[in-house]
Amino acid sequence: MTDDVFAPWNDPGQSPLIRYANVTKKFGEFTAIDNVSIDIFPGEFFALLGPSGCGKTTLMRMLAGFETPTSGIISLGGQDMGNVPPNKRPVNMMFQSYALFPHMNVWDNIAFGLRRDGLPKDQVAARVEEMLRLVQLQKFAKRKPDAISGGQRQRVALARSLAKAPKVLLLDEPLGALDKKLRQETQFELVDIQEKTGTTFMIVTHDQEEAMTVSTRIAVMDEGIIKQIDTPASLYEAPNSRYVADFIGDVNLIEGDWRGDTLHWAEGQTPLAVQSDAPVGKAWLALRPEKIAISKDQAKADNAIPGQVIDIAYLGNLSTYVVEIPGGQKIRAQATNARRLSRRDITWNDTVWLSWTSTAGLVLSE
Amino acid sequence: MIRRVILWPPYIWLLILFLLPFALVFKIALSDYAIAIPPYTPTFDWADPSSWGATLGALDFENFQWLLDDPLYYTAYLSSLRIALVATVLALLIGYPMAYAMARAPAHWRPLLMMLVILPFWSSFLIRIYAWIGILSNEGFLNMVLGWVGIPPLSIINTNTAVYIGLVYAYLPFMILPIFASLDRIDPSLLEAAEDLGCSRTEAFWRITVPLSKAGIFAGCFLVFIPVVGEYIVPSLLGGSNTLMIGKVLVEEFFNNRDWTVASAVAVVLLFVLVIPIVLFQRSAERRDAT
Ligand SMILES: Nc1ncnc2c1ncn2[C@@H]1O[C@H](COP(=O)(O)OP(=O)(O)O)[C@@H](O)[C@H]1O
Ligand SMILES: [Mg+2]
Repeated sequence: MTDDVFAPWNDPGQSPLIRYANVTKKFGEFTAIDNVSIDIFPGEFFALLGPSGCGKTTLMRMLAGFETPTSGIISLGGQDMGNVPPNKRPVNMMFQSYALFPHMNVWDNIAFGLRRDGLPKDQVAARVEEMLRLVQLQKFAKRKPDAISGGQRQRVALARSLAKAPKVLLLDEPLGALDKKLRQETQFELVDIQEKTGTTFMIVTHDQEEAMTVSTRIAVMDEGIIKQIDTPASLYEAPNSRYVADFIGDVNLIEGDWRGDTLHWAEGQTPLAVQSDAPVGKAWLALRPEKIAISKDQAKADNAIPGQVIDIAYLGNLSTYVVEIPGGQKIRAQATNARRLSRRDITWNDTVWLSWTSTAGLVLSE
Repeated sequence: MIRRVILWPPYIWLLILFLLPFALVFKIALSDYAIAIPPYTPTFDWADPSSWGATLGALDFENFQWLLDDPLYYTAYLSSLRIALVATVLALLIGYPMAYAMARAPAHWRPLLMMLVILPFWSSFLIRIYAWIGILSNEGFLNMVLGWVGIPPLSIINTNTAVYIGLVYAYLPFMILPIFASLDRIDPSLLEAAEDLGCSRTEAFWRITVPLSKAGIFAGCFLVFIPVVGEYIVPSLLGGSNTLMIGKVLVEEFFNNRDWTVASAVAVVLLFVLVIPIVLFQRSAERRDAT
């Protein structure tokens, strides 16, 4: 995987291509972006992830030049973009609505930016053909945008924004309008194209799976602030807050009083042992369902809680068990279905034991 | 069967309100001038079908020949077309920026601006043109204001300038509304995309906004041009003796000379002069729908 070798954010010798420094954006009284700082390095596939309305598009539009920060500085390749108009920035954007020019055919749409640069005719033609090949649309060059499918339009938009070989390509929910299967195929194509062209991609999405699939790093956003920036694996394994833990994947959260080595979570129950250096006080234990083992007998483990099976969701390769533990909280535990269905011994209303090691979970105080 | 019946009303409408009057006028145009009531001959004697053949045989194209022989008529046609063309171009040059401003105005302003464009329709056309006489006449409001500022008075009334002012004023809403409708439909992200790809604001306007509002420009131009060619009120109230428009000629022929036959010929030719741009308009509308 590229993650192992490609990590310029850990290398102090590398300088970022894009830098947001304490950027705030207000629309009237409303703060859409609140004091955000991000460094994005050349060659990254950087994702902005968050629920709808959290400010992802705004953050991206400020880099493209369509919105001006209320305060803070955005720089590109070390140069402050403050006074640079959108048509002079080495950045191209693929719009959420694709924004294809309806009065031009596919070829002319892709050639549009190249012609504005005053490139000679033969160079424009060569580049357009190259782009058409890249997105496999040679056959549709003479069609108007309303005479091709949604997936093809999405490719035209991608080709058009890549044609000028921008330093940074901004993609605002590029796959939002595609159905699930086409989405997944296109995600891999995007990664492929990003690696082929070496362009730095910044993608906006509200789909955590998509962000995990394509990106080198993800910034998780909530209401105008950045909760955490990290690689997909680190976000999953080491979220810094309940918000991130819950947004990235599925998680059980057990609230309690953290004493430095154990979490006291319910009257009369054995405290839960966790290895963590979180500050003592009120905290939550975050446990991924697949890190919890489920058994009929009390297992020998750092932690074990009895409970009753409320529900079983059979997902083919996996089953998710919903178990009610003392105090009434429902915990989800996942087990692989190594045995045939008929041979499995846990069923509805059974009393079972949930167990996990002291390193399986994380203590989150936020 | 039912579907056929549903299709009848428009055809019946067309027959009663267009084809029958046209046939009557065309018949008069083919008749001869006569000092009689009505002032032409022959007339059909509906009671005696055996005379119909003779009546039809007496019809001829003399009046159309007359239109060709007397230069007054074709210069009037040409002058009407020229005045209509200039008025259309002026209305476009004034109307487009207004429609653009409306489309760009904040959403809460738009109903008000739209009202202001439509408001003149709430009063009589004739009264509004009379009001322009009050403004443009030599002792009128305009010269009064100019007098206060110390500028010598202008004599505009009874010139082609007054006709243009009146025509553009009267037909401007027909230019603004279709252009506004087409501008309003343009997705603003298209302009951002154009800028993103290297256009300046002005370039984006010419490359994106103008081509995408072409349908509105066409519709507006035809909606102004076609009625202005046959316009009568504006040239006769604001124009002078040298303002030559076919609508004026037609009225003079009909009421002043009481020559119904030539007036009818003028009307028939005018109809054909207008049918050409109307057909062009229909064609371009169909082509746009097809693409
Ligand atoms: N031009 C604008 N004027 C006022 N509010 C805006 C404007 N653009 C965005 N907002 C607000 O800023 C917030 C963030 O919007 P946006 O960046 O589009 O969110 P996202 O892309 O994450 O869904 C939203 O609450 C939105 O209503
Ligand atoms: Mg958005």
